[in-house]
Amino acid sequence: MSGYFKEIITGLKSLAIGLQITNKEFFTKPITLQYPHESVKMTPRYRGHIELVKDPQTGTHRCIACGMCEKGCPTGCITVQAEKREGVKGKVLTAYILNFTTCSLCGQCVENCKPEAINFSNEYNLASTRREDYIFNLLQKLHPEGVPEPEIDPELLKKEREKKEAAKKEPAKKAAAKEGGESKAEEKS
Amino acid sequence: MSSLAQSQLRETFELNIGPQHPATHGVLRIKVVMDGEYIVRAEPILGYIHRMHEKMGENRTWNQFWPNMGRLDYLSAIAYNHCYACLVERAMGIEVPERAEYIRVITAELNRIQSHLLGFGAYIMDLGGFTPLMYAMDEREQILDLLESVTGSRLTYCYFRFGGVYNDIDDDFITGTRAFIKRFRPQIPMYHKLVTGNVILMDRLNGVGPISADLCRKYGATGPVLRGSGVNFDVRRNEPYGVYPELDFDIPVYHECDSMARYMVRMDEMVQSCRIIENALNKLPEGPVMAEKVPKALKPPKGDFHFAVEAARGTFSMRTVSDGTNTSYRMRLRSPTYSNVSLFEEASRGMLLSDALAFLGSLDPVIPEMDR
Amino acid sequence: MNELIRLLAYMLGIAAFLGLNLAYLGWVERKGAGHFQRRTGPKEVGPYGLLQPLADGLKLMSKQLVVPTNADRPLYMCAPILIMVPSVLLFVAIPFGEHLVPREFNFGLIMMFAFASMAGLSILIGGWGSGNKYSLIAGTRAVSQNVAYEIPMLITAINIVLITGSLDLNEIVRQQGSYIWNWNVFRLDKSILMPVSFLVFFICSLAETNRTPFDLGECEGELVAGYHTEYGGMGFGLFMMAEYANLVIGCSLTTVLFLGGWQCPFGLFPGPHWFLLKMYFLIWCFVWIRWTYPRTTFWGLLNLSWKYLIPFSLVNLLLTALFIKVF
Repeated sequence: MSGYFKEIITGLKSLAIGLQITNKEFFTKPITLQYPHESVKMTPRYRGHIELVKDPQTGTHRCIACGMCEKGCPTGCITVQAEKREGVKGKVLTAYILNFTTCSLCGQCVENCKPEAINFSNEYNLASTRREDYIFNLLQKLHPEGVPEPEIDPELLKKEREKKEAAKKEPAKKAAAKEGGESKAEEKS
Repeated sequence: MSSLAQSQLRETFELNIGPQHPATHGVLRIKVVMDGEYIVRAEPILGYIHRMHEKMGENRTWNQFWPNMGRLDYLSAIAYNHCYACLVERAMGIEVPERAEYIRVITAELNRIQSHLLGFGAYIMDLGGFTPLMYAMDEREQILDLLESVTGSRLTYCYFRFGGVYNDIDDDFITGTRAFIKRFRPQIPMYHKLVTGNVILMDRLNGVGPISADLCRKYGATGPVLRGSGVNFDVRRNEPYGVYPELDFDIPVYHECDSMARYMVRMDEMVQSCRIIENALNKLPEGPVMAEKVPKALKPPKGDFHFAVEAARGTFSMRTVSDGTNTSYRMRLRSPTYSNVSLFEEASRGMLLSDALAFLGSLDPVIPEMDR
Repeated sequence: MNELIRLLAYMLGIAAFLGLNLAYLGWVERKGAGHFQRRTGPKEVGPYGLLQPLADGLKLMSKQLVVPTNADRPLYMCAPILIMVPSVLLFVAIPFGEHLVPREFNFGLIMMFAFASMAGLSILIGGWGSGNKYSLIAGTRAVSQNVAYEIPMLITAINIVLITGSLDLNEIVRQQGSYIWNWNVFRLDKSILMPVSFLVFFICSLAETNRTPFDLGECEGELVAGYHTEYGGMGFGLFMMAEYANLVIGCSLTTVLFLGGWQCPFGLFPGPHWFLLKMYFLIWCFVWIRWTYPRTTFWGLLNLSWKYLIPFSLVNLLLTALFIKVF
């Protein structure tokens, strides 16, 4: 019988303690951050979608279009498009397409990038109802006003032109050689 | 067990709990045959978000498999990172710098506290108390902020690398972590006062969902479920990895075998994790955080490798068979919740519906990890 | 003619009072829940979120009424109305002030209990008519819960009737003098267990109104949303409103029976303001309790009723009878 009353008293006590705690919390300041009106400061390491880094010296990206990011990506969400231009060393990036809908933000691309041309952005306010809005062309994002034309190295241009001309002559020679070869083969048979 | 539940002749009905149900924390479906409010048979049906992570491991290169590690158990992703990193390091024979090992332990334990906090809050919410969840979320948010500042993400971490970690921790993180622990320590007694001591909760948890140690062994249950049944098993102690042997902590074990015991194991583990973190921060050495000479294109030697870690929900282990190429020949993930939930069918027989859901909550399931 | 105008005025008054309460108690609860949980609660719609109830109402009313295929259509449709009607009806008998009673019945207390027990029935109808197993379980639970808690509630009310010798609610208030020690909670000269009796009544009214920790009829962790799982739009809205109407009724009744209704605790200016103050304080306690405790189980609830509340109220009844006979 004494256990019965003891149970009631300890039970009621525990309930009262609970009420006390919530009451105390009631008078403390709410911790809510009113999101659209104020927002958190993003940490510099925050991983948003990747972006091309602007090189302060050249004023443009450092991408050499080697395709290591494309290769290392687990989900295949990166497409690097580049072309060879006359008088420019290496390949020229024409489009860097990131399909953010499948990106898992693992960072393999950033790690694989030798010239450190890509990095994570701090952007997190991304919302849209259209899938196409998440297919970014990072090159366009870097240069919204228009991608600057790569500088043309005159020496390289000269060299390349010479090579091309040489190459133009070469097929003619080759064709001639080939014809000779064929006739020889006919003779044999 | 009631006589009602024992008799098979009485009229029963089927009830589908899930795949969309507030108590199942995701897309678990439990097909229950009920006799009134008593459960005659409960059958968990899995596979609603099966994503074939194991098969993915066989199709992707070792590096490309990293993001999958954050998407198994989204609440304690760092432990999964840890397991995968150690597995491949064991296969390749990569030595990890000591500082990186410490950072791994610190982040993994922070992640464990975070996971248990949410587990605690969600569990009490299953039992009808909404407020503790919000308090737990408040604390959890602090941890997420800390982890975000070092890993860059808030939930699906992809932080570890073979041979170290992605980037070093800074002084802000260290002071922030110390401040958090200082702030968090007094919160636990508050939770105990508000929740554990509450007579209503004690009524709901004490003696509910008894699981014997034998049942745990039968189904391979691990983690807090096993330790709540009186078995002192923790991979961090029994098969130590990383720098755990050098750190000072206890393994909480309860012998009551009921839901309350499992709940208490989680609560005590948070305190122990605080201890581990403080300890590790004190011992944190200087040095690099990445091993030198880790090849970019990994090709582990031929062989069969296995590694196990203690994740928040139990033992997570990975086994891989390598054929010497840049992908694994076979990958197998042993996830703790899968085993823990497997025993639900046997243990829930004859329970009341409300008790069964209290019991399910005490197993703390995370469905994506169970389905893999 | 005068009587007719009086009744019309009261009807309008009750409708306005009820409408305001039903809308704004929801707001109070959400705001309270927010602050108990370190949040702010609604604050975007209007200043302090004061227009939130309006927005909620508009949203609920603009929703399509969907009747599930498995539902028993007439039962499904009439359950929300059936739960609302008695709650509104009960306001007729509540003495807000000494002369502010819509209708003075000499059997007000009995009427209260008679209509209040209809809530359980309409919950059962809603649960049954939905054609959903969760709703059905919730409905049966709610009914057995109401049955279990009406017994101690009634026994406790009999105490009051024994003390005052009247079933008229206004008379009960009038007899509790104008000082705090004359209220029925503290009338130790009638029975030393009166405070306990008040507690029993308070717990019972918590259970009767299906509030946490006794909200087994809703029980979102187990039964999705309980008896109103299948209701959407205004059907759900009516259930919600009925919950608050029952809350007001329960707290009013507790105030009238135990806390001296419109009487002032220290004999100054008795009137409706005191009644409202006490009633809202009790409602606030309900909100406070809801956001503190987890839910009991079904057997825990019946245990509480049969092991603690009923024995206590019976002992108290005996004591009261004894005290009245002896002194």
